[in-house]
Amino acid sequence: MNRFDLILRGIKAAWPICIGYLPLGFAFGVLAQKAGLDLLDIALMSVLVYAGSSQFIAVAMLSSAAAPLSIILTTFIVNLRHFLMSSSLAVYLHGESRRFLSLFAYGVTDESFAINLVRFREGGWDRYQALAVNQLTNFTWIGSTILGRFAGQFVLAGSYGIDYALSAMFLCLLTFQLRGRIYLLTAIISGAAAVAISLVVSGNSFVIMASLLGATAGFALKRYARRRRGLCAGN
Amino acid sequence: MQETDYLLLVIGMGLVTYIPRYLPLFLLAQRELPCWLIEWLDMIPAAILSALVFSELFLSGSPRHLELISAKSLAAIPTLFVALRTGSLGWTVISGMAVFWMAEKIL
Repeated sequence: MNRFDLILRGIKAAWPICIGYLPLGFAFGVLAQKAGLDLLDIALMSVLVYAGSSQFIAVAMLSSAAAPLSIILTTFIVNLRHFLMSSSLAVYLHGESRRFLSLFAYGVTDESFAINLVRFREGGWDRYQALAVNQLTNFTWIGSTILGRFAGQFVLAGSYGIDYALSAMFLCLLTFQLRGRIYLLTAIISGAAAVAISLVVSGNSFVIMASLLGATAGFALKRYARRRRGLCAGN
Repeated sequence: MQETDYLLLVIGMGLVTYIPRYLPLFLLAQRELPCWLIEWLDMIPAAILSALVFSELFLSGSPRHLELISAKSLAAIPTLFVALRTGSLGWTVISGMAVFWMAEKIL
């Protein structure tokens, strides 16, 4: 397969994420405009930050005149979960060049991460396809936030179940990960922990806390069940 | 907010977002990882996605509170069924939106 075919396979894997990003980007464009950001401001944030939920939070904080430093700190906490995602992806990008890694890192999101990880695991997934997924979803995000700036006011918020695109996307991406009882158990522990912690702790750090807790519990259970050492499972 | 202040703000936001994305790739991709770390990392995706899904479905409002039965959580049942049956992200997103849209009309 030549590079063009590889990228074509990347497009095939990326389009559902793009569908999910469109309404979100639209919504972001509308909200950002209402908060007084102009076209260049919106484009700058989407290009430089490229992380949906933290952008929504930043806009909300900007409209309530929060201090820039507190916005940056919040962004850091909300996006820290990517650290875990990049760590998981690193297993499959062993020995890649620094240049490739620095470009790839830019496009690691909840969605591109989940898709790429599943494909890497199945095998036959190449770094160019993974990069294509990252970049296509990136362009869609940037484009849709800019579109939202212009066209967003004509689309009524909440029409056609648009609000549910993200939930449905996460749900499906989760099912890809449930490859056995141990993963199901991990998911239940982590999910329940997320809900419990979020009710006690304000902000968005509960996602990271619950993920670490769930993954560690799952890991301990797996080790306990196997009671064997030196074997790398799950690859 | 001044335009230069805004520029500094988004550059700051960009940096604190990019560094956690980049650092593990930079540190981990160049060396062999120990088995236990690979196994632990293997659990991370299910854990993160589940934390995101549960908080999307079962929490609402601000300040947030628990809401186990809602249009969001009820629509998740057929959406989950489509996801498991088709294994297609595209179909799941489209049917999830449709089901939620109907659920909101009915409830």
